[in-house]
Amino acid sequence: MKKTILSVLAFGGAVSLLTALAVAIARRHIAVISGAALLAATTSPAQTLINGAGSTFDYPAFTKWFEVYGRDHSDVRFNYQSIGSGGGQKQLLNQTVDFGASDAPMKDEAMSQAPGKILQLPIVAGGVAIMYNLPGNPRLRLDGDTLANIYLGNITTWNDPKITALNPGVSLPNLAIVPLHRAEGSGTTFIFTDFLSAVSPAWSKQVGKGVSVKWPAGVGLGAKGSEGVAGQIQQIPGAIGYGELAYADESKIPYADIKNSSGNFVSPAPASVSAALAEAKIPDDFRFSMVNAPGADSYPIAGPSWVLIYQTQNDPVLGQKLVDFLKWAITDGQKISSTLDYAPLPDAVQQRELKLLTTVKY
Amino acid sequence: MPTTEQTVAADRAAERPARLRAGASPLGDRAFEWLTLIMALSVFVLIAIIGYELARGSTLAIHKFHWHFLVSSDWDPGNDVYGALPFIEGTLVSSAIALVIAVPISIATAVYLTELAPLWLRQPLIMFIELLAAIPSVILGFWGMDVMVPWLHTHLFPALRGRLGFLPIFHGPDYGHGYSMLAAGIILAIMIIPIITSISREILRSVPGLQREAAFALGATRWEVTRIAVLGYAKRGLFGAVILGLGRALGETMAVTMVIGNAPQFLISLFAPGSTLASWIATQFTEAVSNLFYSALFELGLVLLGVTLLVNVLAQLLLKTFAGPSIKPQH
Repeated sequence: MKKTILSVLAFGGAVSLLTALAVAIARRHIAVISGAALLAATTSPAQTLINGAGSTFDYPAFTKWFEVYGRDHSDVRFNYQSIGSGGGQKQLLNQTVDFGASDAPMKDEAMSQAPGKILQLPIVAGGVAIMYNLPGNPRLRLDGDTLANIYLGNITTWNDPKITALNPGVSLPNLAIVPLHRAEGSGTTFIFTDFLSAVSPAWSKQVGKGVSVKWPAGVGLGAKGSEGVAGQIQQIPGAIGYGELAYADESKIPYADIKNSSGNFVSPAPASVSAALAEAKIPDDFRFSMVNAPGADSYPIAGPSWVLIYQTQNDPVLGQKLVDFLKWAITDGQKISSTLDYAPLPDAVQQRELKLLTTVKY
Repeated sequence: MPTTEQTVAADRAAERPARLRAGASPLGDRAFEWLTLIMALSVFVLIAIIGYELARGSTLAIHKFHWHFLVSSDWDPGNDVYGALPFIEGTLVSSAIALVIAVPISIATAVYLTELAPLWLRQPLIMFIELLAAIPSVILGFWGMDVMVPWLHTHLFPALRGRLGFLPIFHGPDYGHGYSMLAAGIILAIMIIPIITSISREILRSVPGLQREAAFALGATRWEVTRIAVLGYAKRGLFGAVILGLGRALGETMAVTMVIGNAPQFLISLFAPGSTLASWIATQFTEAVSNLFYSALFELGLVLLGVTLLVNVLAQLLLKTFAGPSIKPQH
């Protein structure tokens, strides 16, 4: 009898302990959990199912577009797996998806393995915010050279003369800087390191740019996912990190104004990223970089994300529907994505992309 | 020892009728033997297939780097150069920390549960331990990030540095603010404690009562009975329990990734961030764009398989060398 009662008590205690733990965790990481909810795609015979895979950066935009586009087009259904840009490129090459999405342009080496010509269309553009955790949440100004030196391990405290010189009137503490980066490969890392490579010869020589790079040894930490970086910045006093603007806004983490190529300090926002996009030099294959773009109002740490499709589509019905959707996303869809902190594509870019889409063969 | 031999003789006597019954239907017996053989072989086949696939996936990296892959610390996707050394070291060190913490706790718990605890306390305690085993690693990871890592940074690391700072492993700056190799080792220890405890308890329970009674009869104290008659008898099984826990620690991915700091480096200081084979594969896989990068990750998987096999073989050899005499009577 005694034994049973104790077992019940112990069990009850354990269950309530676990529940409390689960609730606490759920409250803190609700965004992650809801993000994992999958889109259930149901198809009737008359519907065409279009499969895509790739960038996690694009995922919120695609989800919203599929929802809005689906209201007027009941004949088409979408399924997008946000498995990362590398996965998106790989699945497109293996022809297991109808379109891929990537935060870094596809390299020649990868394109040469493709069974047909691949078109790369910028579909969204976004800014990368430099977030930090400092007592009193001062508004900071930073430039590319200082950022590069922080991540190279040359600037190690917040009251370093280089940082105080950029921020007259702000009292900065003698606190160690903890630079955070994405542990896994990421399009955001590509944009950030692309910017540092563009402005700092030392960075370009020692580290370079890429979705994953060789971070200088003994400097800072790798955190998993944008939410991981945002979470650890909030946790560690003195931390600095980079992440999509949407994450910074959502988590209410302060972010810095960054000096652009005209010498102005600009805050990341859809408008300042659009300004950079309008100034960027875009070649005919649309593989371009828009970091450190010219223009007085351009935010310098920003990049596009591309949709990848084959120029020759195997299935005429599916191909037509895919192109129709992309045309819509590039034009009307931009108004919707800008509500999610993505920068809208400028008109000139939209027109050039629509022209490229007319070359698709079915 | 006569006591052991008597026990074995008694066990053999108990087996005899069962053997006679089975012998009565040779056809069914044969079929059963074949069936179990096939099942047992399927494990080998599975490992062989996994090994083959990993080797196939890593061909590119193997041809490019040869054995340099195993001794190089360079992991540089920008220049397409890859080396596995920091991850091999990280895997071995984090698992070793886990064992150092978990083995004494687990075996002591198992001894308490089978030998010393009052009967009414045993069941609730066992249930708690099994609940711990049921917590998914991602939850432990969240707990590690939110609770353990900050505590390590503010309390444990300064304390260790103050008292044991002369040791190189407890020396050096805590620049990861608690995210470190030691954090990974502690999380792994928490994960393997229930495994080692549960299996150890089953093994200790299976030690025949005669063993204990015989030792008591010879005038042994409680401690001597536990040490010689129980732990000595169960040595081999307990070792197996530890190896199972170690297997879990070597391959754990999620919880480690969340607290280790994910730096592709290996530093002697346990306060520094690092990474393990499994955690590095998990973090890098999604954005491995170049073929060589992808192949290098496959080779990390192959190395992990190799490390696991090697550790198991070494453990078996160790067992043969040190635990030899006490297990002989079982044959």
